[in-house]
Amino acid sequence: MSNWRRRLSPTGNTGDAIFRAAMFAVASFMVLIVVAMILALASHSTLSIRQFGFGFLTDREWNPIKDQFGALAFIYGTIVSSLIALIISVPLSLGIAIFLVEQAPYYLARPITFLVELLAAIPSVVYGLWGIFVLAPFLRVYVEPPLARWFGWLPLFQGSITGIGLLTGGIILAIMVTPIISAVVRDVLSAVPNTQREAALALGATKWETTQVVLVNAAPGIAGAVILGLGRAIGETMAVTMVIGNRPEISLSLFQPSYTLASVIANEFTEATADIYLSSLVELGLILFFVTFVVNAIARLLVWRVTRRTTSVGMAV
Amino acid sequence: MAFLNRTDRTRRATSGVMTVLTALCTVVAVGILLIILSYIAMRGIGALNLRFLVDTPRPVGEGGGIGNAIVGSAVLLLLSCVVGIPLGIATGVYLSEFGGGLFASVVRFLVDTLTGIPSIVTGVFVYAVVVLRMGHFSALAGGIALALIMVPIVARTTEEMIKLVPHSLREGALALGAPQWRVTLGVVIPAAASGIATGAMLAVARVSGETAPLLFTAFGSRFFPRNLNEPIASLTVQIYNYAISPYDEWHAQAWAATLVLMTLILSINILVRFLTRKKF
Repeated sequence: MSNWRRRLSPTGNTGDAIFRAAMFAVASFMVLIVVAMILALASHSTLSIRQFGFGFLTDREWNPIKDQFGALAFIYGTIVSSLIALIISVPLSLGIAIFLVEQAPYYLARPITFLVELLAAIPSVVYGLWGIFVLAPFLRVYVEPPLARWFGWLPLFQGSITGIGLLTGGIILAIMVTPIISAVVRDVLSAVPNTQREAALALGATKWETTQVVLVNAAPGIAGAVILGLGRAIGETMAVTMVIGNRPEISLSLFQPSYTLASVIANEFTEATADIYLSSLVELGLILFFVTFVVNAIARLLVWRVTRRTTSVGMAV
Repeated sequence: MAFLNRTDRTRRATSGVMTVLTALCTVVAVGILLIILSYIAMRGIGALNLRFLVDTPRPVGEGGGIGNAIVGSAVLLLLSCVVGIPLGIATGVYLSEFGGGLFASVVRFLVDTLTGIPSIVTGVFVYAVVVLRMGHFSALAGGIALALIMVPIVARTTEEMIKLVPHSLREGALALGAPQWRVTLGVVIPAAASGIATGAMLAVARVSGETAPLLFTAFGSRFFPRNLNEPIASLTVQIYNYAISPYDEWHAQAWAATLVLMTLILSINILVRFLTRKKF
């Protein structure tokens, strides 16, 4: 008994032992929730896993009437819309982070940082509303026709122009992940020790050349930030559902409607009456869970590598 | 060093151009924010009036309002706070006070990755464990789903805020003979209280905009809530349903409801900013 008490509380105080045990219980509860999530998602998708096996991932047909379910169209839509989002948002967020950390004076950087962070505070459904009534008509009239005219020889920019589709979904996603990527890149850049900047400046480097030195130092963290943004883009639901068109088709054209893993769950979950239909939707959730879990894990490890290394440097000094 | 064989002038020009380009990126982001906010203000103000704020939804052509959705959102937020904030704070306290070991690292890692799990997946999970078990959609299920999203946010800010409490404070209390639990509860947590509170407020702001996890947990309703055991309306789900409807009148109502929601979210964010500004 005394042995147990010593393990619970090195100080030998009963209150400490109780407090420690209580906090430990809550922390264990967090672990339990993650385990429960995996178990619940897996057990509710067994029906579909048994019936379709790995073919679920490679079958492009999604037909609730014939009880035939395959996830390929959603996987394609998710990957393509996330890629469009990254292609637009990565340079944009890098620019913002570099401007705020390396270039802007303090009195400008603080309020602008707040404004950029506000972009992350806007709810997904509000982005969706704005996407339907402002962005989609704008793209239909001013962006997609010129794209079709100049780059129409590419299969990416062919087909009918509606303003609702992969491109619009990708652009909405880009706006939504920009504040997230730029916030993490900002943290990573500020974690690079000032000695690096001073050394570069002392060697006669210009401001941009100094920034390049900083970027090289921060590279793994920046990669982490991008992957974190990817994770967010993959899981984003409402805004994409509202502008991507929700049709389970695989088309090379970015103007065509598409569907993502998250949006099909949002859109069809309450309509799914057949067991196999619901089970297939839960399996999509399981896929989404694993993909975002792995993506986030990789991103966190990369970001930690930079911020942890530099904080330990700071502590040594 | 590649830049040595270039002339100073091109090097300086490149630097200047890059400064302009990065500034431009920032202008684009801030510009988009202002465009979105001004659209919400412009389109929202038109359909907004007192009746709209207290009435329940009605069929197209008869007006109607978002009174029940406002009450519903408040109920859901309250529920999620009651469940999520204590759990989040306790997890954060565990991570900061006993956070050295391997298990704590695992918890920290899981909490971090939980923030990245799509909220729609949280919705599916709560549907499987709560809604299916109860047999129907309910406010309770919606509150639990929101709480699950809240916990990791509160936990991590709590941990960060407690880390900021100076060691001397802790050592002083310990030197006076207080056991560790009294030091944590009586000295450290009160010292970090304002930081923890702002973290909780940000979590509320974040959760108040969630739609996806409510679609098949709280579901939605056309009436004022009477108890927690039945489906409940929320601002976000209402906005979604109206936005994807084919009626102009409902579109206008969606913008007005968005204006109400954004007012709440923006005021929390600005308040938090004001509070943290005074401190540092």
